[in-house]
Amino acid sequence: MRREHGIFHRVDWVMVILYLILVLFGWLNIYSAVYDEMQPSIFDLTQRYGKQMVWIAAALILAVVTLAIDPKFFSQFAWLIYSGLILLLILVIFIGRDVSGTRSWFHLGSVAIQPAEFAKMATALVVARYLSKIDLNLKKVKTWLKAAILVFFPVLLILLQRDTGSALVFLVFLLVFYRFGMSGYMLLALVALPVIGILALLINKFILIGILFFGAVIFYLFTLKKFRHFLIVLAIFVGSAGYIFSVDYAVNRILQPYQRQRINVFIGKASDPKGAGYNVNQSLIAIGSGRILGKGYLNGTQTKYNFVPEQSTDFIFCTVGEEWGFLGSLVLIALYVGLLVRIIIIAERQRARFSRVYGYSVAALLFAHFAINIGMTLGLLPVIGIPLPFLSYGGSSLWAFTLLLFIFIRQDSYRYELV
Amino acid sequence: MEKHYLNRKYMFIGLFLLTGLVFIIRLFYIQIVAEKYILSASNNVLRYITQYPARGLIYDRNGKLLVFNEAAYDMMVIPRQVQAMDTAEFCRLLGIELADFRNRLKRTSDYSTYKTSVFESQINRENFGALQEKMFMFPGFFVQPRTLRKYTYPTAAHMLGYVGEVSPSVIARNSYYKPGDYIGISGIEKSYEEVLRGRKGMKIRVVDVHNRDMGSFQDGRYDTLSSPGTNLWSSIDADLQLLGETLMQNKKGSIVAIEPSSGEILCLVSSPAYDPNLLVGRIRNRNFSLLNADTLNIPLFNRALMATYPPGSAFKPANALVGLQEGVLTPETRYSCPGGFALGNDQVVGCHDHGSPLNLVESIQYSCNTYFCKVFKLILDKDGFYNTEGAYNRWRNHILSFGMGKRTGLDLPSELSGNIPSTAYYDKYYGRNRWRSLTVISLAIGQGEILMTPLQLANMTALIANRGYYIIPHVITGVGEPNSVNRTFMQKHYCSVDPAHFDVVIDGMEKVVQAGTATNARLDSVAICAKTGTAQNPHGDNHSIFIVFAPKENPRIAVSVIVENAGWGATWAAPIASLMIEQYLRGEVKRQEIKERMTNGNLIRR
Repeated sequence: MRREHGIFHRVDWVMVILYLILVLFGWLNIYSAVYDEMQPSIFDLTQRYGKQMVWIAAALILAVVTLAIDPKFFSQFAWLIYSGLILLLILVIFIGRDVSGTRSWFHLGSVAIQPAEFAKMATALVVARYLSKIDLNLKKVKTWLKAAILVFFPVLLILLQRDTGSALVFLVFLLVFYRFGMSGYMLLALVALPVIGILALLINKFILIGILFFGAVIFYLFTLKKFRHFLIVLAIFVGSAGYIFSVDYAVNRILQPYQRQRINVFIGKASDPKGAGYNVNQSLIAIGSGRILGKGYLNGTQTKYNFVPEQSTDFIFCTVGEEWGFLGSLVLIALYVGLLVRIIIIAERQRARFSRVYGYSVAALLFAHFAINIGMTLGLLPVIGIPLPFLSYGGSSLWAFTLLLFIFIRQDSYRYELV
Repeated sequence: MEKHYLNRKYMFIGLFLLTGLVFIIRLFYIQIVAEKYILSASNNVLRYITQYPARGLIYDRNGKLLVFNEAAYDMMVIPRQVQAMDTAEFCRLLGIELADFRNRLKRTSDYSTYKTSVFESQINRENFGALQEKMFMFPGFFVQPRTLRKYTYPTAAHMLGYVGEVSPSVIARNSYYKPGDYIGISGIEKSYEEVLRGRKGMKIRVVDVHNRDMGSFQDGRYDTLSSPGTNLWSSIDADLQLLGETLMQNKKGSIVAIEPSSGEILCLVSSPAYDPNLLVGRIRNRNFSLLNADTLNIPLFNRALMATYPPGSAFKPANALVGLQEGVLTPETRYSCPGGFALGNDQVVGCHDHGSPLNLVESIQYSCNTYFCKVFKLILDKDGFYNTEGAYNRWRNHILSFGMGKRTGLDLPSELSGNIPSTAYYDKYYGRNRWRSLTVISLAIGQGEILMTPLQLANMTALIANRGYYIIPHVITGVGEPNSVNRTFMQKHYCSVDPAHFDVVIDGMEKVVQAGTATNARLDSVAICAKTGTAQNPHGDNHSIFIVFAPKENPRIAVSVIVENAGWGATWAAPIASLMIEQYLRGEVKRQEIKERMTNGNLIRR
């Protein structure tokens, strides 16, 4: 079916403009973070800011191309795209090159591509496709287990690439499932797992089990009376106890010492400003020294002089905090939250379930990156090396998120035609 | 169907808003509330580099440079910024052991992990060259330029003093000093510290994570310049000082020479001496320990200001002057000397062989003990035999006005006051009114409780040369420019003896050299006035003492010489003093055989 409208017909400009602002702001901050008085031109292609400019140009072309593609293409080819990326994820384990301990990059000449970034988009498409099946019974646990398998598959492959951070992001699909009918108990149980896991490392596991036991007894006595419920509570309690022991065992026996150290620093059991906590400490120093108004653009010292590691990629927010201060950070967070809320609002107005589920997945994935990345730079979460979408340096991440967002914008622009 | 779960969209929006809010609260805390991050940020990138000024130079009275500076470098460390690095290479470049490296790092970390400490001081230029290339490999370390003292002549160490790292107690008292700063510890370096040190400056540099210099902080807006120390002109005659130390080698004692008309100290010899260059730089600690360990000769001890001796017969001119002033003596008063002064109970102050009876001039010429005991007895018995106290105090006040029994107040630290005993001392020792002239008769001949420093002896000699006044001795005559002396060093301090009484005593002192106890101090065609002394020393041989000034009219130099354990005053001290006068008045020593005999004399028992 041919349309006589231009490709920008009914495009949601709010999302597009927020996207453009974030991308350009990211570029300016990459320039500042890497700024070198010897190479002052922001267009210098040997420097990261020059390269990022090329990535941005390519991303914009990609966005326009996405808007030109038939919106039905994405739902039709969701499985194909998904399978293709699964294949790439497998391939990269064998032919990828080791980059700082992970094997998740393809090197095509001077360009490096990280399939895991694109796998998020592919998974979002396939989850949307699966959940938009007409005869799906959303009340059944089996439905959600099947959906979970779709998510679990790329997670497993990314874990095999030793890229734990990227794998972790996929857990956010649980929120999407919840929105579309997964049981709250299931979500609660899944949220309780990491909380109890952290507690298992922090306090004596027998005391923790004792607390859980009392909790179970009180919960049973005051709410449930039937014997069947007693068995369920007992099963949950025994499961939790087993889980506590296995977390303890995993951390102390299976994990590598550096991983254990990172976990310990995060949960506050070890303080070590030169080691695992060094990054966070320097990050806090950079942001904290920005004060209310910041040091001014290009005047940051902590990021510019490399005290903050990865200052143009994972720790790009430090440059914002240092040079633009509290007010600048506030504006950035507001823009980000604004984009996320806008995506939810747009998702809710979709008539096609595919578009709606996909929109929620986009919001959830962007949110996971936003929360984990900034939470990490602010010392609220452990150091998990994932980029801040649209702002961090890097072609793969920028293109993958551009694609992720513009597929949704494309779906939305045809919301009246799609059902 | 999923519309049932529509309200779950609010959970999403709520989660997004909540996360944003948490981030904003967190940002508010670290960017606005907490102070520690901004502090850490400046600690990360700002390097406060003290600009140490060069200390002032010191010249001698003829414009010869005595003390100057040489470039050296201190290795500084900020322990918290030290990271894993090639420690072995670092130790090799610095010339230290690996264990030493760890100890120092621990010591500096114990002081402070984020403040700058000196890791290794005074690296010379050659080592610095090799080090400078590789400094980027050693984060947390940086180099700071300093200056080291250098001495043109291996002489006058006691007087010039030395410079060392400032002690924690000084840092606590004086906020100017920071750990690692240098401060004058003795001599001129100490007493003129405030003018010599100049003013420190501060440069603020920005460094990156690899400790590389990235330029000045805000274009140097907060930098301050150092201003160099002020130069000093001293009254010392370097040649005279060198000769004095040469003559005194292998002897213990001191030589102090003063220009009577100005109070300027011409030389201040304390023997054994040492080369001041030994107490500079990295060799300082080792040499200091070595010098400090020599407890037999105590070379670090400045005898000229800190050793006190009974002046012996060199004190007689003073007693003669007091006798004349008190009217118990006239130039023509004659006493016979039966070879000693009887104290009544079989005790006798002995005397030596000379003609009899003697007048005042002759009594000085021959240093007659009997004569001076009689004079001293008359001074103390002036109010009657049983009223000693008042007369003693009058005598003592005359003596104090000669600059004895108290510090002269010269511009060097650590001067001792000597001792002219007070009545309280004798009251305590003998009981009040239980002591008489005869009890303290040894004061007549400069023995007993009386103690003087070589400086006080020279000052007393200058007072006699000036016929009744002295100017407080001093070593610095110019601060910043020559001849800009402090007013306190221009003031004449008159003694309580009338100037008219001096001529007869000076005549006697001239006779001492012409035909008396010290004919070996003669110098042709110069009228030299002197007095020998032999100080009894309970620990060994007597000390040889000699005071002298020359010429008789318009005296240009007054000298006191003390040679410990050298016996009779004329043997060693007199020829040495004579050579010093020759050097100063003529600019050279012609009597080489005497000079050699004095130089080669070894009076230190080993």
